[in-house]
Amino acid sequence: MSEITTEQVAHLANLARIALTTEEIEKLTGELGVIIDSIATVSEVATPDVPATSHPIPMSNVFREDVVGATLTTEQAIAGAPEHDGSRFRVSAILGEEQ
Amino acid sequence: MSAGDVIRLSAAQLAEKLTAGELSSVEATQAYLDRIEAVEPRVNSYLHISKDALDTAAKVDSDRAAGEKLGPLAGVPIAIKDVLCTQDMPTTAGSRILEGWVPPYDATVVARLRRARLVPLGKTNMDEFAMGSSTEHSAYGPTRNPWDLDRIPGGSGGGSAAAIAAFQAPLALGSDTGGSIRQPGAVTGTVGMKPTYGGVSRYGAIALASSLDQVGPVTRTVLDAALLHDVIGGHDPRDSTSIPDAWPSFADAARRGAASGSLDGVRVGVVKELGGDGFQQGVSERFAQALEVMEKAGAQIVEVSAPHFTYAIAAYYLILPAEASSNLAKFDSVRFGMRVTPPGGGTVEDVMAATRELGFGPEVKRRVILGTYALSAGYYDAYYGSAQKVRTLIQRDFASAFEQADVLVSPAAPTTAFKLGEKLEDPLAMYLNDVTTIPANLAGVPGMSIPMGLAPEDGLPTGLQLMAPARADARLYEVGATVEALLEQSWGHSILSKVPALVGGDN
Repeated sequence: MSEITTEQVAHLANLARIALTTEEIEKLTGELGVIIDSIATVSEVATPDVPATSHPIPMSNVFREDVVGATLTTEQAIAGAPEHDGSRFRVSAILGEEQ
Repeated sequence: MSAGDVIRLSAAQLAEKLTAGELSSVEATQAYLDRIEAVEPRVNSYLHISKDALDTAAKVDSDRAAGEKLGPLAGVPIAIKDVLCTQDMPTTAGSRILEGWVPPYDATVVARLRRARLVPLGKTNMDEFAMGSSTEHSAYGPTRNPWDLDRIPGGSGGGSAAAIAAFQAPLALGSDTGGSIRQPGAVTGTVGMKPTYGGVSRYGAIALASSLDQVGPVTRTVLDAALLHDVIGGHDPRDSTSIPDAWPSFADAARRGAASGSLDGVRVGVVKELGGDGFQQGVSERFAQALEVMEKAGAQIVEVSAPHFTYAIAAYYLILPAEASSNLAKFDSVRFGMRVTPPGGGTVEDVMAATRELGFGPEVKRRVILGTYALSAGYYDAYYGSAQKVRTLIQRDFASAFEQADVLVSPAAPTTAFKLGEKLEDPLAMYLNDVTTIPANLAGVPGMSIPMGLAPEDGLPTGLQLMAPARADARLYEVGATVEALLEQSWGHSILSKVPALVGGDN
């Protein structure tokens, strides 16, 4: 059994920016332990001599001409935003009071 | 021709009647809209029905009447999986976080089907962000399997597959990251094709795992899938992983295959690791019968071993969450989708965390946390790094298998459709549904699922998976169409002709 703790899950949730409830953290801790035990089997065959594959059909240096293509207008880009000022996205304070 | 007959035509048959002027696109579209209205309360395939479908169809009819040269599928209705951006319809990917969001652009595949003058009917239901094998993880309620309304239609593209099986659309688009086109195909008695990675543009497909995702056709016949693939496929400069090669006509390949009736000289490889324990008896029986049918038609059946396929699910559930946790970081309450401000306000990070807590469902949270873990310092090499090595080993297994066989076959799903709720609380059991389909995604090779007959013990559909080397999609259409024709001859009917009636007077 892998050693996943509730503290670890709470930390991961913070990194992933999801405000999980205490109940969710407890449930996920148990589930992740089982899942990680199962997927840890990959290390059985992943020996140092095997190269890693990140992409199924490798392609390198996919470039296009450096010219302006079809792009969204400002109006289109902000159309789906929860809050905007007509030309920019509006967000809450970036820093908390203690910062 | 009655409306009931119209909706039972294959897309190819319907297209012929439209071209010949025997039927109008408005008539066909109306027949489908009526069918959707009649059965949708029971099946729940759709998240949104287009208000423009009849107008779009009328325009095709008038252009046809004016003598305009139209493509082979012009005027044929189509359903679109809700993971694909549509400028004129909400696109939610089955998630609460995108409820009501209307994208400012069309996915390339959507733009291409509009250019080919197909008629979008609406958006189909799916597991949230395509994470699931049952459609039960949709934020908008599960889709039900038309074969048995208490059972799952597969996932993540259960909405598209159920819409096809319930005659709510003649064609649909799906997306397949680990089996989301093929596994729903198997459990609903429909055809699903995952093209070679890079064969169809991913631009405007809301990304789950970018190195695995492929968009593809969901249909009733192999020829219909080929016709749709011809429309959506090919190079797209807006997707930097799109393959620049020219592709042959897949419809020609499917027609050739259906006409030949012979598998002379075709080497069919049975993957030893994709069968046996854990496979439902009726699935294994139907698979053995399909092999017999192929052998009688001249195929040379060879057993091949792909020893690292055993590790495919483990590798997949590291790579997918890692990529998904990165891709889903864009749902940050700033540029699109919902925003939840915690009581008393807070910083932008507090708002993001509160939004993602309410906007994401349990499976999405599970995989984002898992991916964050797999990518953490100290675990990266052991988990994500090892999974990428397994990916290499699986590609090598495919390479050696394709030295011995022209196509590889396996059941497309280990079981028939299970009951709603049966595996919802057991994530690992749910993940095992994709045991046969995941290797193709990890290696980028094309895979197709076609109906393989009904399992004797429960009368539910089973699916046959065919796989070919990367870029050999045409081979799958040719062999797939031959096998489809041979199997239907052996049964004396198509599988979908046996789907139970969903409304009174319907047969």
